[in-house]
Amino acid sequence: MSAPTGITLATLTKDIRLEWRSKDAINSMLFFALLVVVVFSFSFDPNAEESRVIAGGLVWVAFLFAAVVALNQTWARELRNQVLDAYRVSPAPANSLFLAKAVGNFIFVAVLEALMTPLFIMFYKLRALGPAWQLIPVAILGTWAIVVNGTFFAAMSLRTRSREIMLPLLLFPITIPALLSMVEATTTILVGDPSTSAKFWIVLLATYDVVFTTGCLALFETVLHAE
Amino acid sequence: MKKAFPILGLLTAVLLSYALYEALVVAPREQTMGDVQRIFYYHVPSAWTAFLLFFINFVASVQYLVRPKPQTDKIANGVVIAIGVLTFVGAYVIKPLPQGMYPSSVVTTGLAIVGLYFLIRKYFSEQETDILALTTAEVGVVFCTVVLVTGPLWARPVWGIWWTWDVRLTSTLVLWLIYVSYLVLRRFSTSGQTPVLAAALAVFGALDVPLVYFSIWFFRTQHPQPVIGGGGSIDPRMLHVLLINWLAFLSFAFLVCWSRYRLERLQRDVEETLALEALLEPRSSLQ
Amino acid sequence: MTFLYAAYAATWAIHIAYLITLVRRYSRLKQEVDELNKKKS
Repeated sequence: MSAPTGITLATLTKDIRLEWRSKDAINSMLFFALLVVVVFSFSFDPNAEESRVIAGGLVWVAFLFAAVVALNQTWARELRNQVLDAYRVSPAPANSLFLAKAVGNFIFVAVLEALMTPLFIMFYKLRALGPAWQLIPVAILGTWAIVVNGTFFAAMSLRTRSREIMLPLLLFPITIPALLSMVEATTTILVGDPSTSAKFWIVLLATYDVVFTTGCLALFETVLHAE
Repeated sequence: MKKAFPILGLLTAVLLSYALYEALVVAPREQTMGDVQRIFYYHVPSAWTAFLLFFINFVASVQYLVRPKPQTDKIANGVVIAIGVLTFVGAYVIKPLPQGMYPSSVVTTGLAIVGLYFLIRKYFSEQETDILALTTAEVGVVFCTVVLVTGPLWARPVWGIWWTWDVRLTSTLVLWLIYVSYLVLRRFSTSGQTPVLAAALAVFGALDVPLVYFSIWFFRTQHPQPVIGGGGSIDPRMLHVLLINWLAFLSFAFLVCWSRYRLERLQRDVEETLALEALLEPRSSLQ
Repeated sequence: MTFLYAAYAATWAIHIAYLITLVRRYSRLKQEVDELNKKKS
């Protein structure tokens, strides 16, 4: 196993282990997600037909907000214990740290989505009329899009006033094409109109992921040293 | 240098007044929309100016990121020259070009990009490049705000609705959001390396723009909406008025940028002086 | 049409508002520079 991959895996397992022991982030995210689902259910009480049209948007907005809760604390632990300084000084490549954080966030948000989805299905009486298997690439690519940029912008917001609001402020405009793709793809699949296809959206999501993962990896070292 | 400013200011004022006259009086009345269509002569030049300013911000941001390290600097130089060559090749070798694009305009655009990049590299130091980025971002947001305000004011009487998820209007809104977040980062960041962070954000924003355009374009083909501004050919008299207004606004934008640039330089000089004073102050005065 | 005039007026209102902020910042800076010069002399 090459050194960078080893470092990535080591950092990743450390994060997961720490999270498993304290369950800080997961608990707050879960409760927040539950609240969001319930509030949305009170605000929008559609029948099955209508819910298929709007559920795509609602679900992804809820996931986005929950993801922001997770992303905000991405670097908090590192900041508290001066780990970032240690990392800057060590010869470890910055990208390993970034990937570890991003993948860790991805796992957290994916767990969250897995737990929230049954709730959504229940509250909105959802049933996909289109090819439901397509929802899996949409979920994976979409979550990665939010998480990769979110981890990067969380690092950028470290030394700003109002750090917690800075992250969504920076993240939301940039992720608009990804959000649009996720929402449209999900809606297309749920509504299941045979003349429409989610393929374009999935390809666009994949392109978005490739472009921004490359961008984040290229610029993370600069950002890390700029803090 | 200092004398040029008031002279240019006067010229710009004259040009703007003349352009206004042309837009309100000289330009022919549009058949279907009537006089409201004249908003076009302010809406479109503002949009082009905003995009140009944001583009300069992008080039300045890239410069700021690549120049410190000689490796990346060389690579960036190579890429820019390659872009220039490619536009040349693309214009004259690859035929036919998409409708509306002439070889000369493609080559001019390519040369302009290359020229802009190397001009900034030559005449602006690192710190000055950062100030250029900040200036163009701010003034760009001002012009973009004008676009977003005049757009709905045009849409309402013509289409009966204030807003539509029209490709261009929506893309402009997203661009505006990205650059407002850029300015917020600049203002709220307490890091000593804010310029680097802002430059990274600008690069991300630039990467985002084509994706935004495509996603909304496809969204629109799924959900057809009215188009603001329309496509197709334009009456040559209208084109003339449009270009006059664009020239006037470009000149105005240049002056505003120049003022903002000078203001920022003065601000940074003052801050530097204050910082030095604080360092050099003798102990006895710090009671 | 009122929308036409509103659009043109709005355009200039936005530009003038921005220019006013620039002028204000400049005068405040000028004050600081004058204070600094006074301290030196």
